[in-house]
Amino acid sequence: MTQRLFLPLVVAATVVFAVAPLLIAWAPYESTMGLVQKIFYFHMPSWAAMFVSALVCGVASAFFLFKGHATGDRIAAAAAELAVVFGLIGLVTGPLWARKAWGVWWQWDARLTMALVLWMIFISYLLLREYGGPGSEKLAAGVALFGMANVPFVYWSVNVWRTVHPTTNVVPTLVPGMRIALWWSLAGFLLLYTTTMMARVRLESQRASLDRLYRDLDD
Amino acid sequence: MKRFLRVALLIMRKDLTVEARSRELLLTTLFFAVSAVLVFAFGFVRDGRPVENAAAGILWIAIAFAGTLALGRTFERERYHDVLHALLLAPVDRPAIYVGKLLGILVLLGTVEIVVVPLVALLFQAPLLRQPLLIVTLLAFGTVGFAAVGTLFAAMLIRARSRDVLLPVLLYPLTIPVIIAGVRGTAALLQPEADIAMARAWIGMLGFFDVVFITLSLWTFEPVMTE
Repeated sequence: MTQRLFLPLVVAATVVFAVAPLLIAWAPYESTMGLVQKIFYFHMPSWAAMFVSALVCGVASAFFLFKGHATGDRIAAAAAELAVVFGLIGLVTGPLWARKAWGVWWQWDARLTMALVLWMIFISYLLLREYGGPGSEKLAAGVALFGMANVPFVYWSVNVWRTVHPTTNVVPTLVPGMRIALWWSLAGFLLLYTTTMMARVRLESQRASLDRLYRDLDD
Repeated sequence: MKRFLRVALLIMRKDLTVEARSRELLLTTLFFAVSAVLVFAFGFVRDGRPVENAAAGILWIAIAFAGTLALGRTFERERYHDVLHALLLAPVDRPAIYVGKLLGILVLLGTVEIVVVPLVALLFQAPLLRQPLLIVTLLAFGTVGFAAVGTLFAAMLIRARSRDVLLPVLLYPLTIPVIIAGVRGTAALLQPEADIAMARAWIGMLGFFDVVFITLSLWTFEPVMTE
């Protein structure tokens, strides 16, 4: 089922990404920030993909830890890697925009801090899986679960500080040209996320079945 | 419930007895915390005067560093003598083992703090003892939060490779809320005019963090420790 869907999804993602620059170019200029505002069309969708991935990783880890589903572990591993990749895109595009809009590369703002901490938790997750040796999947699942539980606390603890990041209320106020470009890019990033996720989970399952075959051969 | 508490207290007593005989962890952790504070003193004291508002941060960083060291060493000792394996084989509730280990760590860290807090107050001219009750509550809640997450991860890592470096790598991002709340709460109390309401808000947040993470740890200890 997922294999049959894979090719159409790849095609759709490619088409959406090919058209996205045109829509972004056609979208009207923002009156104060000008050209640099256009980073937003890639910045917000990449963080959206990152948060979806983080959520997938947390839920899949819980399934693996409490129900013992091996598939949960494969999905969690794939989701953690993608969370780091999409988070990196967000962390690179953000400061580029902030330098122009706020005059600084980085602000210790609630959203920025929370995003950075979450990103670091996923890096530690990957480090544990990579260097923890056998049996580290279970420990990693614990990290993912604690990482998810941590998000509201980090957000709460930095929210008392002055916030400068635009809130989600910005989205409905966008003029139609900007809104279309944003939703289009968001669709593109989520399609890209879905396809890479499918490929990555498949790779994990293939690896697992190869291991199984080797073990059967040894027995 | 009574049995649960008895097991937890027995495990704590075992840890404290071992520690009382060797004093290895207490002395090394304590000396480490003091050296860390001194290193910060050289970094943050200029022209004989401490940099303003540095005390709160230094105190909490010293606690976090010393805590990581103590957690790593406690479980290294268990691993070396294969004690944790034996404990997990015992017909007792697994979460009781976790609570016992956590209590042992808390006693150790509490002792370290008794020395480190006055030292920071002394070296950085910080009025840390002006609001003793609030400072003690902040330290207690913060230490419980840090140790609750730390005990679970140190116990988990006992089976992992490169656990020495993985413990801080996992622990610091996860305990950032504790560090933020601890530093901000302490800083609020150290201002010329202590901000009691702010400190109370941070204590409340730490209490909430403790409840959530202890519950989560009790809940996950069993599945992560089962091979």
